[in-house]
Amino acid sequence: MSSRNLSDQPIGVIGAGNFGSAIANMLARERQVLFYVRSEQIARHILEQRENRGHAMHPNITPVTSLEEVARHCEVIFPIVPSSHFRSMMQQLSPHLHPYHMLIHGTKGLDIKLPPGESIESVNKLSREQVRTMSEVIREESVVVRVGCLAGPNLSKELAAQHPAATVIASHFNEVISVGIKMLRSENFQVYGNNDLIGVELAGVLKNIFAIASGALSGMGYGENARGLLISRGVVEMIHVGRALGGNVKAFLGVAGIGDLVTTSNSTLSRNFQVGYKLAQGQTLREILAGMDEVAEGVNTIRIIKKCTDHYKLRAPITNTLHRVLFEDLTIREALSYLMRYPLNVDIDFLD
Amino acid sequence: MEVLEKKNKNKKYKPVLEGIPEWPVYQLSKNRKEFLEDVAQKSFERIKSIRPTRKELIDELEATVYREQQRMKRNRWRVDPEDEALFWADIKQQLIEITNKPAEDNLQREEALLSRIVNRYAHEIAGNFKPSSYRFAREMITFWFSRLLNASRIKKFGGFFRNQYTLRDKIQIVGKVKQLRNLTRKGTIVMVPTHFSNLDSILIGWVIHALGLPAFIYGAGLNLFNIKIFAYFMNSLGAYKVDRRKKNIPYLETLKTYSNIALQRGAHSLFFPGGTRSRSGMIEKTLKLGLLSSGIEAQRNLYLNAAPDQEVRKIFIVPVTLNYHFVLEAPELIDDYLSSKGQDRYLPEEDTHGSLGMLKFLFKFFTKGSNISVSIGRCMDVLGNYVDDEGNSLDAHGRVINTRDYFLAGNQVTIDTQRENEYTRMLSLRIVEEYHRINRIFASHLVAFVAFELWQKKHPKLDLFGLLRLPEEELVIDYAEFRKTCKRVRKQIYQLKEEGKANHATHLKGKIDEVIKHGLDNVGIFHLKRPLLKNKEGHIITQDLNLLYYYHNRLVGYELEKFI
Repeated sequence: MSSRNLSDQPIGVIGAGNFGSAIANMLARERQVLFYVRSEQIARHILEQRENRGHAMHPNITPVTSLEEVARHCEVIFPIVPSSHFRSMMQQLSPHLHPYHMLIHGTKGLDIKLPPGESIESVNKLSREQVRTMSEVIREESVVVRVGCLAGPNLSKELAAQHPAATVIASHFNEVISVGIKMLRSENFQVYGNNDLIGVELAGVLKNIFAIASGALSGMGYGENARGLLISRGVVEMIHVGRALGGNVKAFLGVAGIGDLVTTSNSTLSRNFQVGYKLAQGQTLREILAGMDEVAEGVNTIRIIKKCTDHYKLRAPITNTLHRVLFEDLTIREALSYLMRYPLNVDIDFLD
Repeated sequence: MEVLEKKNKNKKYKPVLEGIPEWPVYQLSKNRKEFLEDVAQKSFERIKSIRPTRKELIDELEATVYREQQRMKRNRWRVDPEDEALFWADIKQQLIEITNKPAEDNLQREEALLSRIVNRYAHEIAGNFKPSSYRFAREMITFWFSRLLNASRIKKFGGFFRNQYTLRDKIQIVGKVKQLRNLTRKGTIVMVPTHFSNLDSILIGWVIHALGLPAFIYGAGLNLFNIKIFAYFMNSLGAYKVDRRKKNIPYLETLKTYSNIALQRGAHSLFFPGGTRSRSGMIEKTLKLGLLSSGIEAQRNLYLNAAPDQEVRKIFIVPVTLNYHFVLEAPELIDDYLSSKGQDRYLPEEDTHGSLGMLKFLFKFFTKGSNISVSIGRCMDVLGNYVDDEGNSLDAHGRVINTRDYFLAGNQVTIDTQRENEYTRMLSLRIVEEYHRINRIFASHLVAFVAFELWQKKHPKLDLFGLLRLPEEELVIDYAEFRKTCKRVRKQIYQLKEEGKANHATHLKGKIDEVIKHGLDNVGIFHLKRPLLKNKEGHIITQDLNLLYYYHNRLVGYELEKFI
């Protein structure tokens, strides 16, 4: 690490997807950013064209292809890579990390740790023993303790256009929160702090399930009454599941929970929404995934959470029905009629 | 027949440091005056920073006086100094004068009062290590213990004066002894044992000596100093006093500063991080963070006061579990636990032990065959990372971590209390994890656990209190069923050991009938009412279900219930 103090150092961003590019641009307004990309080719492209995935890249952003370089120059790093690559990325980054590093991730997905020879298909149930949030992957794979996450209604395209938005930085460490706030806050971007790291991570992860469901409603041509029903039932389900996995109710009621849920459920820009929409239009999951350039985390989340609800014996009708649509052969129409007949007689039961 | 433990392979350990004058604790006592002044000064500064304004400080002092006077009125102990009533009356008087007069007149008078209070506390807390009485106490314990042991084990004339058995045959020390001895020379050790019995303090003192380590300083509960025989030993073994009745900020800060500065000066220390004896008989799940945090704070200060490349004395945390078949105070402890848990649903009886009770126990302990084992855990740094024999912190992949890096921000060692609180919480989780890992499961724990869980299973509708109210005469377990379940649970314990999540005594292996017999013979062996035994028909019964619950609790937290 260079001997410069925190505010003069460049900031690292790992992950050149949509969200990574948008965050890098926001950070670059006042600071130098080292932007890790996987190939020389992409790096050259960004350097020459100042463009990545349709995002104009700020002049303060320097693309690099070495994780070691990022860790050496930056005390603060934002890893924003899909959950399926997160652990392997951490394993490569880990040898270069030290306990003074701060990692604030922006990945809204889960990781599972299974014994050798097992896979998500081969296990019937999953419990907290096997399911990891990204902050837990960071802790497991590296010596970094100052871990945080970024969650909230942050659609990459709107962020890039500098529309008003807000985010939550969650961490057990106040210093991580204040550094995150200092670096991201601007006229059009509000940043809140929260100490319930796991709760905020789970809120961001679980909301993707309902984004898929919401997309399905739109794909069927239904309107806002249906969505209102979905969102309010979604919050209840999210809280049930989230509590079982170790989050507190409060995180789900804030910007990272309801805030993000409403946004993604209403947005055709969201990839998860798109998955649901196309399902309702009659495409199969395989076709949909083949036609996407980035991962829709919600699909994998449904797969994991379904197995968790089986283990903890939780009532999660929306997740379970979507699971049947995605991985068994229930149609969206059948799923919907099943859900409408589901005996839910209590409106709100998590405020006791 | 007695199932024998593997004979201790450890020969006698040579002292790590040759002469007492080299011991950090001796250095501390030699410079006692200067040390206590330092403690008082630093505590004073800390309290001032917590209560920066004049008004806040005066309020704090008033609260302190009030609490102290309440304590004296309600709960006076034999060890309390005689002049304390006068002292606090005087402080109170002066406080009244300060608040009545205009501010300019008595500038800094409240600071003088605070200074007097922390000075008094520092002296109250301070231990007094004296080499001569240390040696005497040590010799006496060793001498009498071995007399008792030999008299009882060698059942023939003259056995009393033989030295065939030593305490080491009675108390097994297992685990990372060599590493601990090595690192005692390289850094400062903070030993953190589990706490089940008042005997622990003496036992640990003996263990430290038997391992050839220099004396450690203890934070021992002041209530123990009420028992004279304890007071004598603990004073001479380097104990300082922790008074749990005093919850006021000046006292707590002085106590923390005391252990903090002692650590910074390299005094090996011993905390019982559970705070008090485990009431339930369970291994501690939540630890008192106050004392643990002083280890982290001391380490940070050592880095803060050193140049970046300078070698800094590291602080090592060593978890230790004490494993017993029998806990003398078990009946009172479990009553405490049940009455606090069940509020008015449960009424305990009164019974306490003084010096005599303790001596009786010691006598029984040496004359009957019940062993104690002490497991020494692997040394960790103040963040809970394992360290190697050189004292380097290692990450999960065996890579070396520089501990200093945990305290850096922008390449500077910084003071961040919230960060360190979080570190303390992380450390406490690590210690609890290590406790479970190094805990040596005895046959007596196994039989108690299995029997209680079987009874619970037979009465699925009863909650804990309902179950405990069942008349003991009605409770019988068929031996064949008991045997089968013990075997199943034992298999799972082997599995846990395999996974590095628990440890067990060597006597747990072998024929299950022998193991069960060993367990039944030893569980709560000296209680008037035995927690578990066989009836004439050879089936399993209990005379005291509460006690059985207590011994059963030792295995709670391993998720063994599933195998009942």
